Amino acid sequence: MDFWSVYAWPTILIVLSILAIVVPIILSVAYLTLAERKIMGAMQLRQGPMVVGPFGLLQPIADGVKLMAKETIVPSGANRVVFIVAPMLTFFLALVAWAVIPFDDGWVLADINVGILYLFAISSLGVYGIVMAGWASNSRYAFLGGLRSAAQMVSYEVSIGFIIITVLLCVGSLNLSDIVRAQEDLWFFIPLFPMFVIFFVSTVAETNRLPFDLPEGESELAGGFMVEYSAMTYALFFLGEYANMILMSGMTTVLFLGGWLPPFDFAPFTWIPGVVWFALKVAACLFVFIWIRATFPRYRYDQLMRLGWKVFLPLSLLWIVVTAGALIAFDWLPE
Amino acid sequence: MAFIDRTARSLLLTELLSGMALTFKAMFKPKVTLNYPYEKGPLSPRFRGEHALRRYPNGEERCIACKLCEAICPAQAITIEAEPREDGSRRTTRYDIDMTKCIYCGFCQEACPVDAIVEGPNFEFATETREELYYNKQKLLENGDRWEAQLAANIAADAPYR
Repeated sequence: MDFWSVYAWPTILIVLSILAIVVPIILSVAYLTLAERKIMGAMQLRQGPMVVGPFGLLQPIADGVKLMAKETIVPSGANRVVFIVAPMLTFFLALVAWAVIPFDDGWVLADINVGILYLFAISSLGVYGIVMAGWASNSRYAFLGGLRSAAQMVSYEVSIGFIIITVLLCVGSLNLSDIVRAQEDLWFFIPLFPMFVIFFVSTVAETNRLPFDLPEGESELAGGFMVEYSAMTYALFFLGEYANMILMSGMTTVLFLGGWLPPFDFAPFTWIPGVVWFALKVAACLFVFIWIRATFPRYRYDQLMRLGWKVFLPLSLLWIVVTAGALIAFDWLPE
Repeated sequence: MAFIDRTARSLLLTELLSGMALTFKAMFKPKVTLNYPYEKGPLSPRFRGEHALRRYPNGEERCIACKLCEAICPAQAITIEAEPREDGSRRTTRYDIDMTKCIYCGFCQEACPVDAIVEGPNFEFATETREELYYNKQKLLENGDRWEAQLAANIAADAPYR
């Protein structure tokens, strides 16, 4: 009896709720790739995928089947174990961070009090997948990509950390649900607008997306850390990158865009469930990710470092001081 | 003053935002690409695609085995063998084009005195094996029968310029 009520049922419940989170995420990753190709196509006056299914809607499925059916090639000089583990790690870390993201009031797998720290830690670990891939491939291009990625993610995490501190000052809690609740009157992107912009740009850099995709750098590194990967190992990197994009959009939504809260607290807006608002905000962030990719050319490496260390870092530090000062001066500190 | 202006511009991301506005506007413009296998662009009557051997309306093949096309072919893709037929007329017994050698220059159709060998409007003749691209006389005549209507129209359309 004890076995069922104490161990089995909670375990089954947790597994089910994990599935309820992971399956929609994988599906949205698949369709994010299609959305990206469609939106980028539209911005370049192209049509994008049109052949598989109506308007190309089945294209992600065809891509997935193709990648699964292909052969995984492990280069003879590669460190086999690390080579295989690296993409798994990337994908695993992109998914595991979702445990603390609140989709709606109370819709969160682990409502822990250090949610934001957990999220920050997991997103910092993301660099390991890429560095391991770059090292284990035993290829110069891949190694350069791994090195670049390490330097880049470390640089931008510093300013992300400071921005998170700014938000925490205004909330007084590290619990993500509390952070959303603190935005009931005013979403944080309005008072903290410069921080919001810096945070968003840093998340673009953190997910290695254009214009910061130097670890991949098709034109100079021929694919960077992914150069030696094929089939499912490649697909896992791909899924990991897009899952990370969604995760970072979710983080932006929770920290700055009021999570599940409707934009206005009256009738037609409050009828729509919170999870829909959350999804809409994440989708809007993802659109901006793709929009940025379609607009800007890739940064040069020294420009990337300059932006991280000489622009974002001083600005975010300054804004912490300004925010903290304002909170103290006007006695707005959360209790 | 210039310093303030420059700093304000870079901090307010004016250039980045105007670039993003441009791409956003482009998103709603009509698409310039064709949905290729279902939509196709127009072809000139002079388009030089897959080869065909034509026949006269009574079914007699036009080629008289003069071998001018074989002689002019810069890629030496054409091989012709000929001997007189029972009725005494001169015809090819063999007319091969190696499509893997052909450079689609159109000299063969220019050299032909009887408009027998022509390059038609078909450019979708990809194959899965190399051997299928070694065209023989039968294949070329079949092409001619298949595309005759368009081949004749193209030659008529281009006639005023020759």
